Amino acid sequence: MRNSTLSTLIVAEHDNQSLAAETLKTVSAAKSIGGEITMLVAGFQCQSVAREASTLNGVDNVMLADDEVYQHPLAENLSVLAADIGGDYSHILAAATTFGKNLMPRVAAMLDVGQLSDVIGIESEDIVIRPIYAGNALAKVKSTDPIKVLTIRSAAFDVAAAGGEPASITELDRVIPTEISEFAGQQIAETVRPELSAARVVISGGRGVGDKESFALIEKLADKLGGAIGASRAAVDAGFVSNDLQVGQTGKIVAPDLYIAVGISGAIQHLAGMKDSKVIVAINSDPDAPIFQIADYGLVGDLFEVVPELIEAL
Amino acid sequence: MKVLVAIKRVIDPYVKIRIKSDGSGVETNHVKMTMNPFCEIAVEEAIRLKEAGHADEVIVVSAGGIACQEQLRTALALGADRAIHINTTSIDTAPTDTDSCLEPLTVAKLLRSVMAIEQPGLVLLGKQSIDTDNNQVAQMLAAITQRPQGTFASKVVMEGNAVSVTREIDGGLESVKLILPAIISTDLRLNEPRYASLPNIMKAKRKPMDVKTPGELGVEIVLHQEVLEITSPPVRNPGVMVASVSELVDKLKNEAKVI
Repeated sequence: MRNSTLSTLIVAEHDNQSLAAETLKTVSAAKSIGGEITMLVAGFQCQSVAREASTLNGVDNVMLADDEVYQHPLAENLSVLAADIGGDYSHILAAATTFGKNLMPRVAAMLDVGQLSDVIGIESEDIVIRPIYAGNALAKVKSTDPIKVLTIRSAAFDVAAAGGEPASITELDRVIPTEISEFAGQQIAETVRPELSAARVVISGGRGVGDKESFALIEKLADKLGGAIGASRAAVDAGFVSNDLQVGQTGKIVAPDLYIAVGISGAIQHLAGMKDSKVIVAINSDPDAPIFQIADYGLVGDLFEVVPELIEAL
Repeated sequence: MKVLVAIKRVIDPYVKIRIKSDGSGVETNHVKMTMNPFCEIAVEEAIRLKEAGHADEVIVVSAGGIACQEQLRTALALGADRAIHINTTSIDTAPTDTDSCLEPLTVAKLLRSVMAIEQPGLVLLGKQSIDTDNNQVAQMLAAITQRPQGTFASKVVMEGNAVSVTREIDGGLESVKLILPAIISTDLRLNEPRYASLPNIMKAKRKPMDVKTPGELGVEIVLHQEVLEITSPPVRNPGVMVASVSELVDKLKNEAKVI
């Protein structure tokens, strides 16, 4: 149902070539609010992104700000542009990726409104559901602001399909240089393994893996399944892997289709980071390990026997 | 250069939280509280900047009830020089507890006032607190002070009147150069926080702690959001134990259909 007083601005995330998958899911979230949807594409030589946005089912208008100053998404100038345009909308949305998390609170504060972070459900135009305490509780929150700024947890929404009536593209000439910050470089991980927070399959090792060398076993299983590697805090603290692989409340929160926990007892702090996975498998020698309470499939056994056998069987 | 570090008192991440039966919130009475883990990393980084000669003074600040002075003392024991407690006890806008009136935008405005008084060259915050999981305060503070932000920092290098920040982004790392004063939020990889020694815990008791109210800082508390209900997430269906690897592979292929 459409309501003429509702209008949503989505700030698109892209690499100047194509839209991020998370932005496509944000369109679905926007559609559930109702009203017209406008997508703001700010970048450099990114006409292809604007064209892609214009064909998305549900997107009514596209605004394109194409200039060298927007080549790399810097919050300092992008927030000015988004807040400037966003002032005319009832809702401003972006995906809760590092792009959206970096940008949107800045946009909200410029408009002197609050932000609803990591929204997983939209009840109405001003009421949303969002996880708190690392997903151990869900909060139903009502915004009393005139403009609602939301970041959307993409795992909770479907991808918007292409194939709608092409939306019009309006070119903006508002160029906002930033003098207080500067893009200095980027290192995109050249790993063949998928990124931990976006992977479909995650294999995590814990203290039970024993030492750094034995972690190769976890890597082998991950490669066999095309998955990413994770670790419990115990494995990180013991120096088996670097702490950017930590899954848990203070590490990464993941929700893959398949999560295999190897040699992980299942402390609360770890469970908070993976308990929304679709299917959880636990391999542990201790039948009383708490991980078995949330595992869909549990196998009690010595991981040094079970994991090689599993690699063999796949 | 002064470094200002904002810290928050939260429920210990290793505690299993309990949701109040009336759905009004999470039980915090008689629950072990601690400094938010990302704030510990921010304090550690500030102390390292001082040890490296980049900072002259490290000031820690926290907003909340009287109890958050405990976390400020912890930060002093770790090496901060003095503390500012923004006491929100007298605020009666919140229905259940004083801390729920501290929305990120409010905290950002309180910190802006502290920045105006202290004139720090750098402000360090954790990237998010593990209770409300907002990940907003640093960005909001940067916005309302019109200063640059280096969020999700995994490396901080001082370069004269600027700071080079390596940020953890989806899929890799990004470096930005920010003109001081700058606002930085810390990610997990930035450092490993130290523990406070007993002599330092004793010394921390004599370090200065200023107490201010939001009114003294010129900040009016405005609520932008209302929490209608807190519920438990859906419970997972009970799983099964399998006896062998072949049974596991069979279930994953044919029952769960995930491989």
